[in-house]
Amino acid sequence: MELCPTIKNILLLDSEGKRIAVKYYSDDWPTNAAKEAFEKAVFTKTQKTNARTEAEITMFDNYIVVYKFVQDLHFFVTGGENENEIILATVLQGFFDAVGLLLRGTEDKKEALENLDLILLCLDEIVDGGIILETDANVIAGKVDSHSMDAGAPLSEQTITQALATAREHLTRSLLK
Amino acid sequence: MAQPFLKKDDDHDDEVDYSPFLGIEKGAVLQEARVFNDPQLDPRRCSQVITKLLYLLNQGETFTKVEATEVFFAVTKLFQSRDLGLRRMVYVIIKELSPSADEVIIVTSSLMKDMTSKTDMYRANAIRVLCQITDGTLLTQIERYLKQAIVDKNPVVASAALVSGIRLLQTNPEIVKRWSNEVQEAVQSRAALVQFHALALLHQIRQNDRLAVNKLVSSLTRGSVRSPLAQCLLIRYTSQVTRESASNTQTGDRPFYDFLEGCLRHKAEMVIFEAARAITELNGVTSRELTPAITVLQLFLSSTKPVLRFAAVRTLNKVAMTHPIAVTNCNIDMESLISDQNRSIATLAITTLLKTGNESSVDRLMKQITTFMSDIADEFKIVVIEAIRSLCLKFPLKHRSLMNFLSNILREEGGFEYKKAIVDSIVILIRDIPEAKESGLLHLCEFIEDCEFTYLSTQILHFLGIEGPKTSDPSKYIRYIYNRVHLENATVRAGAVSTLAKFGAMVDSLKPRIFVLLRRCLFDTDDEVRDRATLYLNTLGADGAVEDMKEFLFGSLDIPLVNLERSLKNYEPSEESFDINSVPKEVKIQPLAEKKAPGKKPTGLGGPPPAPPSTIDAYEKLLSSIPEFANFGKLFKSSAPVELTEAETEYAVNVVKHIFDGHVVFQYNCTNTIPEQLLENVTVIVDASEAEEFAEVASKPLRSLPYDSPGQTFVAFEKPEGVPAVGKFSNMLRFIVKEVDPSTGEAEDDGVEDEYQLEELEVVAADYMLKVGVSNFRNAWESMGPDCERVDEYDLGPRENLAEAVNAVINLLGMQPCEGTEVVPSNSRSHTCLLSGVYIGNVKVLVRLQFGIDGPKDVAMKLAVRSEDEAVSDAIHEIVASG
Repeated sequence: MELCPTIKNILLLDSEGKRIAVKYYSDDWPTNAAKEAFEKAVFTKTQKTNARTEAEITMFDNYIVVYKFVQDLHFFVTGGENENEIILATVLQGFFDAVGLLLRGTEDKKEALENLDLILLCLDEIVDGGIILETDANVIAGKVDSHSMDAGAPLSEQTITQALATAREHLTRSLLK
Repeated sequence: MAQPFLKKDDDHDDEVDYSPFLGIEKGAVLQEARVFNDPQLDPRRCSQVITKLLYLLNQGETFTKVEATEVFFAVTKLFQSRDLGLRRMVYVIIKELSPSADEVIIVTSSLMKDMTSKTDMYRANAIRVLCQITDGTLLTQIERYLKQAIVDKNPVVASAALVSGIRLLQTNPEIVKRWSNEVQEAVQSRAALVQFHALALLHQIRQNDRLAVNKLVSSLTRGSVRSPLAQCLLIRYTSQVTRESASNTQTGDRPFYDFLEGCLRHKAEMVIFEAARAITELNGVTSRELTPAITVLQLFLSSTKPVLRFAAVRTLNKVAMTHPIAVTNCNIDMESLISDQNRSIATLAITTLLKTGNESSVDRLMKQITTFMSDIADEFKIVVIEAIRSLCLKFPLKHRSLMNFLSNILREEGGFEYKKAIVDSIVILIRDIPEAKESGLLHLCEFIEDCEFTYLSTQILHFLGIEGPKTSDPSKYIRYIYNRVHLENATVRAGAVSTLAKFGAMVDSLKPRIFVLLRRCLFDTDDEVRDRATLYLNTLGADGAVEDMKEFLFGSLDIPLVNLERSLKNYEPSEESFDINSVPKEVKIQPLAEKKAPGKKPTGLGGPPPAPPSTIDAYEKLLSSIPEFANFGKLFKSSAPVELTEAETEYAVNVVKHIFDGHVVFQYNCTNTIPEQLLENVTVIVDASEAEEFAEVASKPLRSLPYDSPGQTFVAFEKPEGVPAVGKFSNMLRFIVKEVDPSTGEAEDDGVEDEYQLEELEVVAADYMLKVGVSNFRNAWESMGPDCERVDEYDLGPRENLAEAVNAVINLLGMQPCEGTEVVPSNSRSHTCLLSGVYIGNVKVLVRLQFGIDGPKDVAMKLAVRSEDEAVSDAIHEIVASG
C-alpha cells in the first residue's frame, strides 16, 4: 500500500465532459489520449448521478473517484484503490469550496473560464506532485487571491489584509532601493 | 474582496457558449507572448497571455522544442515585474514548461533571489519551482536555504520545503538525508500540515531502518499528533510496524492495538476510518479486536455522506470474506443500503449480505435483490450474479429459489456480458448440483427461444446436446431445439442440427422422430446446415456403427487445433487425402497460460470444458489405444501431473499416475528444451525397490523427442487387485542424444546414449480416492447408515493452526470437501469438516472430521467414516493412522 496519501489527479470538467482545468500527478496516464479517455470514462460514469448536495463516490479500473457538481461544473479527485476515501473527499471539498470562494458564488463554466488563472493557481496550491499541500478552502483561496490583487489598485478597493500586504510590499521595495 | 484583475465586463452574458478562449490558436498566442519582451511591462496583459498559454497546455496542446524555449526565455524577462499575481503565474508556467538543464540556469538566480525574499509567498513558491526543475548539481548551492526553510516559522514556506524534500528524496537521497534534524524539528510544528509533511518525509528518510521507524512510531503514538492527515500517516506506519513484527509476538497483546483503538474515538472522520480499516487488516485479527472497528463502521453505514457509506461498506465487504460472523451485526443497516442512490454502495451491500447470509435468510434476500436488479448497470449486475452463484454452491438446498431468480433475470433486458454471466452460472449450478439439472436445462431452453446472441445460443445448444439425452425425459427438449432450425440464423441452425443428432444417437426411442426432423433440414438454404444434416443422417442410419457415431458426436477433438492448423497448412493437395491421424497430438506446454488458469473464475460455457471428466476421457482413450495396456480394464483415476524436474532444466518431465484395478500406469510427459538436440528411444527406468507390491509389466518407449515438441513414454506396473498399494519409485530418463544443426534442422546420424536423473515419485493412498462431491451431505450420511461406520480419535500433534491441520488431512485422503467446510474461520478453536469420495472398487465413502485445538497448538481429531463396505471404512482409518 502507498504509505503517504496520494492524489492521482484533479479534474474540473464542464457539463459535456470537456476540460476546464485538469492536473495529473501520476504517470498512470502517460499520453494526452490516455488522459482524455480517462476523463471521458469518469464523466459518462458519473454524469447521471446527483452529486450536488453531497460529494459522491465511485470506483472503477482500480481507481477511486470522488466527485461533486455545481451548475455546469464537475469536480473530480482520483486516488488509488487502496486510498482512504475520506481523505480524497476532503481534498475534493477543499478544491470545490476554494473555487466557490474564488468565483464569488457565481460558479459556472463561463465564470470559471474567465478566471482560469485563479483555478490553475488553486490546483497548484492544493497538491504538489501527488502530495496534499492544503485542504482548507479558506486558506487555499486566501493564498490564491492574495496574488490576484493588483498592487497598483487604489487602496479603497482593497480589503484590510490586502492593504496591509500592499503596504508591506511597498515597504520592502523602499528598503531594497 | 477585490475584483480579480482578469474579471471582464459582463458583455457576453447572453451568449450561452461564450468562452474567453473561443477560437484560440497556438500561433497567435505565441505571437502575443512577445509582450513579455516589452520594456514597459503590462502585468495584467502578461498574466492574460500566460493564462492563455496554460490553457493551451491544459487542453493537451504541445509546444515544439523551439517554441517552448522561446516562451521560456520570454517568461524569464517577467521576473523584472514586481506584480505578485504575475509572479505567481510565472512560477506556474515555468513548472509546466519543464525547461531543460541549460535553460534552468537562466532562472536559477532569479529564483534563488525569491527564495531568500522577505515575502513568504515568494519564498514558498520559489522553493517549489526550483526543486521541481533543478538537478543535483544546483542542490548543494541551495541546500542551506532549504534547511532553513524547513524550520521557517511560516508554515507555507516550511511545507513547501518539506514537500520538495519528498520530491528530491527520489533523485538525491544522500542530500535530503542530511536534513534529518530539521525535519525532526518540523514534526513538532504547531501547524497541522507542516507536521504531516514533516512526518511523511522523516519516515521516507528512515524507511529502510526498521529500528528507527519503530522508535519513531512508538514515540509519536504516545505524544499528540495534531493534524488528522499526520495521524492517518501514523496509523499506516503503525500497522506496517505491527505487520513486520507480528511473527515474534505470537502470544500476548498486539503492540499498538490500544493506539489504533484510541484513534477510533478521534474527532476527524478520516482518522476514525483509517484506524478502523487498519484494525480489520491486522494479521489474524480476533473477533474481540474487530468489534470496536466494526461498531464505528456500522455508524458510518447510516451516515448522510455517500463517501462515508461507501468507505464503510467496502471495508465491511472485505471483512465478510474472512470473518462473516463479525459483520452479521451490520446486516440490518446493510439491507437498507440495498436501495441506496449510489449504485456502487448498493452493490457492495448486496454482495456483503450474500457473503454473510445464512440459509434461512436467502429467500428474503432474493426478494430484495429482485427489486434492486432492475435499476442498476450491467457491470454491477455481473458482480451480484457471481455472488449468487457462490451462495448457491454454498447452500445447494436453496438451488430452487436461486435458479428461479437467475432464470427471471435471464428473461429481462441486458447486454451480452451480463447474459453470459447468468448462463455461465446456470451451467455451473447444473454441473455441480444434480438436483438442479432438469429445471436449469428448461430455463436455458426457454432462454434460447428468445436469445439475440448467436454465441450464447450455440453454446447452450451444445450443452443441451450433452446433458439433455441423459435426463429422464429427453423428448421435451426436442421442440425447443427444432424451433431453432426454423427461426434462427445459419450458425444457430447448424448448431441445432448437431444437437438433434446427439439426441438421436443417445436415445433410441427418439431416433425415428429425429430422422424426420433431420430430413427436413436437407432443404435448408445454408450449405453448412445441409451438410451437417446429410452427414448425421448417413452416420446415424448406418448399421452397427453406433459406438463410432457416439465417438464422433461426443468425443472431443483430441488433436490440438494449432497442430491441426499447421498440418493443414503443410498439406499439399495430391492424390493422397489428408489423414487426420498424421496430426501430432502432443500439446506444447504453455507454462504461462497454465499458471494463470487457477486464478480464473470457473469457466462456464466458454472455451473447452475444463472439468475433469473430459481429461479422464482423453486419458482413457489414449491408454486404450496402446495395445499393452488395453486389457487393464476401466481406468479408475488419473492424477494431476506431478513435476519430476525443476523448472528451466534441459529436459522437462512430469508424470501422470493412472490407476486401474490391478495395474498402475505412469505416463511421463517429456519435453526437450535444447534446440541443438534430438532425443531418440526415450525411456524411463523405474526402480520400484521401495514399492514392494508393484511389479513392472510393460514399458512403452518414445521413439523420438525433437526440440520443444512434447512426447510421452509409459511404464506399467501390476499390483494386487483392488488393493490400495503405496510405494516410492525412483526414475531415470534414458535416451540416445543426437546433435542437430540449428541452421538446417538436420540431425546427425550417430547418437550417444545418455541418462538424466529425475525426482522420485510416490503412489499414495489419495491416488485411490476419486473426488466426488455430494450436494446434501446430511442426507447422504443418514441414508448410508451406521452399519459400516468406523469412529476413532487421533492426535495430530502440534500444528501452526487448525486450517493447516484440516488441509493436511484433506490432502492425505484426497477427498472432496463438501458444503464449504474446508474453510476454517481464523482463530476458531474447533472445526467440523465433511468429505466425500469414491474409493477404488467404486465404493462410496463419506467422512466427518471433527477437529479441536488446545493451548499449545496441539490438534486432536475425531474421524468418523461411513461407506458401503466395512473394509473400506477400515482402510480410510489406516490411511490416517499411517499418514
